[in-house]
Amino acid sequence: MPAASRPRRPSLRIETVILVLAVATAAAVASPIAGIVLLALQPIPELWPHLLTYVLPQALWDTALLLAGTGLAALATGAGAAWLISSYDFPGRSHLLWLLALPLAIPTYIGAYVYADIVEPLGIVHRLLTHWMTPAEAIQWLPNLRSLPGAVFVFGVVLYPYVYLSARAMLQVQSVEVFEAARTLGAGRWRIFRRISLPMARPALAVGVSLVMLETLNDIGASDYLGIRTLTVAVFTTWHNRGSLAGAAQIACLILAIVAVLIAIERYGRRDRAYALSAESPALLRRRQLHGAKAAAVYALCALPPFVGFAVPAAFLVYQCLRRGLLAQFDAAVMRDALNSIAFAVAATVIAIALGFAIQIAGRWRPGLLERACINLSRSGYALPGLVLALGLLTPVLAIDHGLNALARLAGLPAPGLVLVGSGAAVVIAYVIRFLAVPTGFIQAGFARIPTDYDDSARVSGAGQMVTVRRIHLPLLNPALWGAAIVVFVDCLKELPATLLLRPLNVETLATSIYQYASRGSFEEGSLAALLIVAASIVPVVWLTRVADLPSGPA
Amino acid sequence: MNRFRTAAAASAALLISLGSQARAQEVNVYTYRETKLMQPLFDAFTKESGIKVNVTSASSGLEQRMKAEGKDSPADVLITVDIGRIDDAVQAGVSQPIDSAVIEKTVPAQYRDPDKHWHGISMRARVIYASKERVKQDAITYEELADPKWKGKICIRSGQHIYNNALFAAYVARHGEAKAEEWLRGVKANLAQKPSGGDRETARDVAAGKCDIGIGNTYYWALMNDKETDKKAWADATKVILPTFAGGGTHVNLSGVLLARHAPHKAEAMKLIDWLAGEQAQQIYADANYEYPVRSGIAINPTIAGYGKLNADAQPLAKIAASRKAAANLVDKVGFDN
Repeated sequence: MPAASRPRRPSLRIETVILVLAVATAAAVASPIAGIVLLALQPIPELWPHLLTYVLPQALWDTALLLAGTGLAALATGAGAAWLISSYDFPGRSHLLWLLALPLAIPTYIGAYVYADIVEPLGIVHRLLTHWMTPAEAIQWLPNLRSLPGAVFVFGVVLYPYVYLSARAMLQVQSVEVFEAARTLGAGRWRIFRRISLPMARPALAVGVSLVMLETLNDIGASDYLGIRTLTVAVFTTWHNRGSLAGAAQIACLILAIVAVLIAIERYGRRDRAYALSAESPALLRRRQLHGAKAAAVYALCALPPFVGFAVPAAFLVYQCLRRGLLAQFDAAVMRDALNSIAFAVAATVIAIALGFAIQIAGRWRPGLLERACINLSRSGYALPGLVLALGLLTPVLAIDHGLNALARLAGLPAPGLVLVGSGAAVVIAYVIRFLAVPTGFIQAGFARIPTDYDDSARVSGAGQMVTVRRIHLPLLNPALWGAAIVVFVDCLKELPATLLLRPLNVETLATSIYQYASRGSFEEGSLAALLIVAASIVPVVWLTRVADLPSGPA
Repeated sequence: MNRFRTAAAASAALLISLGSQARAQEVNVYTYRETKLMQPLFDAFTKESGIKVNVTSASSGLEQRMKAEGKDSPADVLITVDIGRIDDAVQAGVSQPIDSAVIEKTVPAQYRDPDKHWHGISMRARVIYASKERVKQDAITYEELADPKWKGKICIRSGQHIYNNALFAAYVARHGEAKAEEWLRGVKANLAQKPSGGDRETARDVAAGKCDIGIGNTYYWALMNDKETDKKAWADATKVILPTFAGGGTHVNLSGVLLARHAPHKAEAMKLIDWLAGEQAQQIYADANYEYPVRSGIAINPTIAGYGKLNADAQPLAKIAASRKAAANLVDKVGFDN
């Protein structure tokens, strides 16, 4: 590489390539949104007075409460666990490290069904209580899961890993000297956490919480089941029952606008603050070894979230599998579904991480208006409900397919049929667009910690852009990249609505296979497929959380 | 350069092979009904006709997908689980008339579109799950659900769920919007809890004593009773009453079939459509899916038959479909789900 002798030229070229890639990605993400906006352009004057009077006030109120509740619950759980596990060494830490991420593998609607089965009348809890009281009295003691607090509980316990993973990625690269300074000044652990760790982790926490909120906002299965009438539920009832696809698209645009405002507020909140590591001494924080009661207490605290969010639902699924003899269903067809799921998820994860990185590095190299627009656009796919995104994607994807057919006809070849939709490429495209917010968010939070001084020093010493990326950025972004990979991979495995609408004939994934049963009310019959999602998630989660766990302090 | 040409040739070959699939003996089905439920039917059809059935299922949006796919759409047949989705598909313009003497002979006119764009292949009724212990009566009308004597005693899932939407639409179609609004307010006032869960949860809430009557579909109760040992207690504590409209019959909803407008395998599609209305298919449907067949002369599943003789309401389903929107608006207006 003649990079050292000619530092600027090659980097300019690579900059252009990356910028083109970033713009193309942003355009791809924008295409389904454009599709929805186009749908929304048709005016429906008679619908809106009705929506404004009877539907939206309730929907906005339910949505706001659900988002606030779930956001807080996930923040407290995820950030708390991430801080404990990053600050202390204790017996059992190494397995909690990955167990804490596993509720990610439980689809929200499965969590809702499972907990309803456990705590609702005639369930285990009820039967236990009847040992001490009459069934009718026992009912009075049962929590009402189908309520707002119930929904906050369900969403909170399965979604907190978004916060946990993003917070941990950041806490791992905490610079030790800030803490030493604080300790010298007499600050205790709690005070350091509140005044230093927490504010420094803010970009990562914002990313995690926003992912939790968007996931909650977009959910339809669990919300509907638990009786929460969110805006997303309003989108679907407006489409199917109020008979207006355009009206549904308009509510979807309203959701997009609300999300944009919330993101802007958060960004305004942390204006003028720097979160970068010290440029001189990026020594990493050492974990403190705990023993005895303290170790046990921290262990218990960290074990509770994965117990509630993962162990209980997983045990329930295993029990249903055994009880219903579902293991006998484990055949070639199930394996094929699993392989389809994994293939789609791997492809989407690799592409999403690469494109997310391209977008962020373009913004770092040239923090201009265009680059910032690309970053913002690239995150908007997550703000649409999966089915709405898929609906918006139909037009652009099929335009390409129709184009290919027209070309083939022009060339005198037989029409190839629908290539993108027919091959499953449309599913991967939908996943990438939907989940691109994860890598862009994680990587942005990661970059916020790497001082631009590093880039400058590298350039001064004659290193090309790519060398800086390879030698400085990628190693420091390691935890963020792996964290994002876990989240995207598992999210893809769970994704249902877009997969349902865009997959080719005769292709099932694990998620669509669960749906085949759940749509008829007996989700327990889908327990095997649900467990396979868990199984497929465990390997990468265990491996990646371990890979990303930096040794305690600098070697 | 050479490699480039090889790649071009390979992709051309791939495209051609993808394209040539369209000419084999097969039929492509888009369905809102779960693939797993349909598979035994399709297997039997393939065995008899030698025509391969390719399937994709979804929860919504299939008519939008067909619309976007346009002339290149591989879809031949669309199967839906309720009258609402049938209506959506016809409105989206993705269907074409089904000209079949077989269908006209076997499917009663009430379950056929006058313009031939769809017809029913099976049906389920929206009925009452009542507590055996606390509900003495064995007959009930839908109108009666608004009677204050049920105050705090009724459980139901969301008023916007397609099953309830169709039931309420039937009420609107029969009694008009004003009467329907009054009725919905009455039902709302009788609810024991905020609408949520599904029909199975409704049965459980009745069994547990949270409410005395619940509204659910015929097959959920039968499945709990016959197939799901851990839910048997829910069925044991409840009984199914077939309600009727005053002076009318029981509300039924249809699983319907449509022929895709650009069906590439129209001949095979017609064979499948005729076959689905045939005796063998209707029997499989009745047995495996716990549904009512649309054609007469088929033995109904014993559990379903145990509910009593179904007197399906005679109101045309097309008229019910046309009242869906009004029903949805009324649900909003009376705050049914709040």
